[in-house]
Amino acid sequence: MQFHSFTEFFSMGGYAGYVWSAFGVGVVVLVGNLIQPMLHHKKVIKQLAMKIKREQHASNT
Amino acid sequence: MVDMYSLQLNLYPPYVKKIMNFNWHTLSSPEWFYRFAGKLMPWLAFIAVLLFAYGLIGGLLFAPADYQQGDGFRIIYIHVPSAILSMQVYAGMAVCAIVSLIWRIKLADVIVRAAAPVGAWFTVLALVTGSIWGKPMWGTWWVWDARLTSELLLLFLYLGYMALYSAFADTQKAAKVSNILLLVGAIDLPIIHYSVQWWNTLHQSDTINLMGKSHMAASMLHPLLAMMFAFMVYTLLIVLMRARTELLQRGWRSRWARAIISREGES
Repeated sequence: MQFHSFTEFFSMGGYAGYVWSAFGVGVVVLVGNLIQPMLHHKKVIKQLAMKIKREQHASNT
Repeated sequence: MVDMYSLQLNLYPPYVKKIMNFNWHTLSSPEWFYRFAGKLMPWLAFIAVLLFAYGLIGGLLFAPADYQQGDGFRIIYIHVPSAILSMQVYAGMAVCAIVSLIWRIKLADVIVRAAAPVGAWFTVLALVTGSIWGKPMWGTWWVWDARLTSELLLLFLYLGYMALYSAFADTQKAAKVSNILLLVGAIDLPIIHYSVQWWNTLHQSDTINLMGKSHMAASMLHPLLAMMFAFMVYTLLIVLMRARTELLQRGWRSRWARAIISREGES
C-alpha cells in the first residue's frame, strides 16, 4: 500500500484534482456506455412487440 | 453387414462428431449469434469486473508513485487503455467492414455499427484524460502536436462514419458507403501509432510494449495490463449487447426474432 491514510490517498500527492477528475470522467463514460444499450434494448423490445401486435391486429380484421 | 461409412463415424467420440458435423455458416446466422452472445455476456461481465477491480486497486493503491510525476502518473491507468482501445476498436471495425463489403455478411455490418459508439467514446476519453494529464505535466491542456491531432482526427472519423450511416434510409447502401469511408480512414491508425517516432512530439513515446520489454516496473505494469484487458472484455460485452438489439431491429419479421421479442417482452 502506497498511502498511509485516507486523506493522503485522496490528496494524490497534490494531484487530486487531476487524478480524480480523470477517473471520474472514465467511470461516467464506462457506466454510461453500459446502461444506455441496456435501456435501449428494453425500449426496442417494447416497440417491436407493439409493431407485431398492430400487424396481427390489422391482418385479423 | 458393416459399411465403411458407419464404421468410420463410430471411431470418433460424440463431441468430435459434433464438431465435424458443425455447419460453420451458423456462426453468421443471426439467431445463433443472438443466443450465443446472450450466453457469453454474463461471463464477460464477470471477467471485466475482476480485471477492473485488480487494475484499479493495483493502480491507485499499490503501484509506487512515479519518480518524476509523483501520483499524477496514475492517470495512465485510464488514459492508456482508452487510447489503445480507441484504435483497436477502429481496427476491428475495419476488418468487419472488409468482410461486410466482400462477402456481404450482414452480421459483419451489424458489428461495425454496434462498435462505433463505444469506439468514439474511448476516443473522447483518451482526449479528455490526456488533456487533464497534460495540464500539470506539460503546463497546457492542449497542443497541436502530431499524436494529439491524429487522435482528434480519429474522433472525427468515428463521428463521420456514424453520421454517414444514418444519412441513408436504405441499410445496404448506408453500410456500403460508410464502410468504405471507414476503410479510407484506417490510414489514420498507423499515423497515430508512429506519430511519436516520426515527429518531434510533446507526447511521450510508448510506455508499454506488448511484444517486447516495457519500460515500467512490474508493480506499475501489471495493473495497467489488467486495465487494458478489462477495457477489451468490456468492449466485447458492449458490442455484443448493441449487436443483439440491432439484429432484432433488422430481423423482427422473422420467426426467431418474434419468438425472442415475445419472450423478452413478457419479463
